Amino acid sequence: MSDAVLAPGVVHAPQRSLWGDVWVAFRRHRGAMLGVIVFGAIVFAVAFGPMLYGVDPQFIDPRARNAGPSLTHPMGTDNIGRDIFAQVLQGGRVSLLVGVIAMLIALVLGTFIGVLAGYFRRLDGLLMRLTDLFLALPLLPLLLVAIMLFRDTLRAAFGPETGIFMLVVFLIGVTSWMQTARIVRGDVLALKEREFVLAAKSIGTPAPRIITRHILPNVLSPIMVSATIGVASAIITESALSFLGLGFPPDFPTWGRLLYDGKDFMTLTPARVLWPGLAISLTVLSINFIGDGLRDALDPRIRGR
Amino acid sequence: MFAYTLRRLLFAIPTLIVISFIIFALLDLSPGDPTANLPLTIPPEVREQIRIALGLGEPFHIRYLLWLQQFFVNEPLNILEKLTGLTFGDGDRMRVISWQTRSPVTDLIVERLPQTLWVVGLSYVVGILIAIPIGVISAYKQYSWFDQLGTLFSMIGFSVPTFFTGLLFIVIFSVWLGWLPSIYDTNLRVTNLETFWQQVRQMIMPVMVLGLANAAQLSRFMRASMLDNLSQEYVRTARAKGMRERTVLLVHVLRNSLIPVVTVIALGIPTIFGGAIITEQIFRVNGLGQLLITGIQGADIPLVQTLTFIFAVLIVLFNLIADLIYGMLDPRIRYE
Repeated sequence: MSDAVLAPGVVHAPQRSLWGDVWVAFRRHRGAMLGVIVFGAIVFAVAFGPMLYGVDPQFIDPRARNAGPSLTHPMGTDNIGRDIFAQVLQGGRVSLLVGVIAMLIALVLGTFIGVLAGYFRRLDGLLMRLTDLFLALPLLPLLLVAIMLFRDTLRAAFGPETGIFMLVVFLIGVTSWMQTARIVRGDVLALKEREFVLAAKSIGTPAPRIITRHILPNVLSPIMVSATIGVASAIITESALSFLGLGFPPDFPTWGRLLYDGKDFMTLTPARVLWPGLAISLTVLSINFIGDGLRDALDPRIRGR
Repeated sequence: MFAYTLRRLLFAIPTLIVISFIIFALLDLSPGDPTANLPLTIPPEVREQIRIALGLGEPFHIRYLLWLQQFFVNEPLNILEKLTGLTFGDGDRMRVISWQTRSPVTDLIVERLPQTLWVVGLSYVVGILIAIPIGVISAYKQYSWFDQLGTLFSMIGFSVPTFFTGLLFIVIFSVWLGWLPSIYDTNLRVTNLETFWQQVRQMIMPVMVLGLANAAQLSRFMRASMLDNLSQEYVRTARAKGMRERTVLLVHVLRNSLIPVVTVIALGIPTIFGGAIITEQIFRVNGLGQLLITGIQGADIPLVQTLTFIFAVLIVLFNLIADLIYGMLDPRIRYE
């Protein structure tokens, strides 16, 4: 807050802005702040952990197979002697990256379609039918089928890792924009009738500029809330795909893939499923708490209290 | 109401046709070949004849229309024949044949359906039974420790994916405590009390995993809906009339709050089938979800097409049912 830097004794009406108020309300939400701390810690660990920890997740130590937790291997090792901690850190990078990029794709698509449908009446019917159609698709089976179909083509084109990464991210993105589109459309429909939009129209502002200058900033808050939900659900979807064996290839750890590989060794080394599962759960839980806090903070009816 | 139902049904038809086309077209692109598993000694021209015999020689639109006919006319007629014992026409119709097992897809589905229905159905019942009391008490005592705990529970249940809770349950209850079997024994026939108990024990974990996930979602809705209703005027009137708090809460408020929750329950049923795909995979339940996964792994196109389309039909159907229930339960909603 900028208020804190003001010199003492100087009487100032504290400057208030929308985002300042939101931040104050957000900080008061205990769950959300805890979520920020936990999520921040996870992001930090995943981003810098592999460098700081310095153990190659693919390094095979045949003398330490299925080892329990120890000082050299804090989470133990898997059945061919790879360090689980290093794999969880490495896997988190992919899982979080998939979550964020897929969310961005879904957000851009959803906002685009929502704004078009809300602003241009002629497109509304068609685009909303499209949204309903996507909502009626059985997504998990279709995702599995699509991955099975295009896996080999993309692998051949971009290499085994980049290819499957692009495929998973793209598929999750284009199948999760519908809720955002609906929310944005509803808000745009209401905004369109407001006086400031009418004023902008009456001085001859072209539609694209009205949308970018007047409409988009006002639908930012629902978009931000759906962004948090989007990241969380994208991470879960990616893990579910990997867990069913149709996501990332082996040797390319993601949290879901680690769970899938570890589930056959549950009696021997339960740590192999506990840590990646815990990582997914904590990440999603903290993001959902952040989303909850954001929703409360952005809702002017609740914020005033 | 009747006119509305009819119109919604008519609207559902184009949706389903478009979805069926998407599914068919997507799967038709697949590189799967039904003759790939045959011995290499079969000469190419015989292979080609086999493909033609399977109907693969036809152009795309003919195959699509034939598939539609099989799905919407032939297979329902077959099921009807089996149920009633009557014969329609000559009883010899082209069927959707699975490439892997060479048996009609309908038979496979009929074989797998009971397991999925038991697990999914029971888990939904369990979820509802957990969610409604939590939602009611949380809303009635808003911001109490019970509410805080209930909200935390629903947040956790909402965030922790079923494939992790499932594995966690296995680690705790099968590996560490050894109370429950981790794998669903599909050969088990319930004949006496002992086998019945075995069946119950092996169903506890899959049902609870799905049930807790459902309960987490539903209790949020239940709480929100109860809170909406508790601040309404009619509650004050009921209290002013001197009704007991129990009656106000459990008769007046609960009944009204259940209206949106019932529609959410109906909307959730198809999603639950999707969630069962993962749960069945964890506990090796031989239900529809597992059938789908084996079909996908074996590139069994007709099987996957049919199953995916059935999931789509379920979604469209339950959307319709949810709308109709809402109209029936809430007199303020009038469909014209």
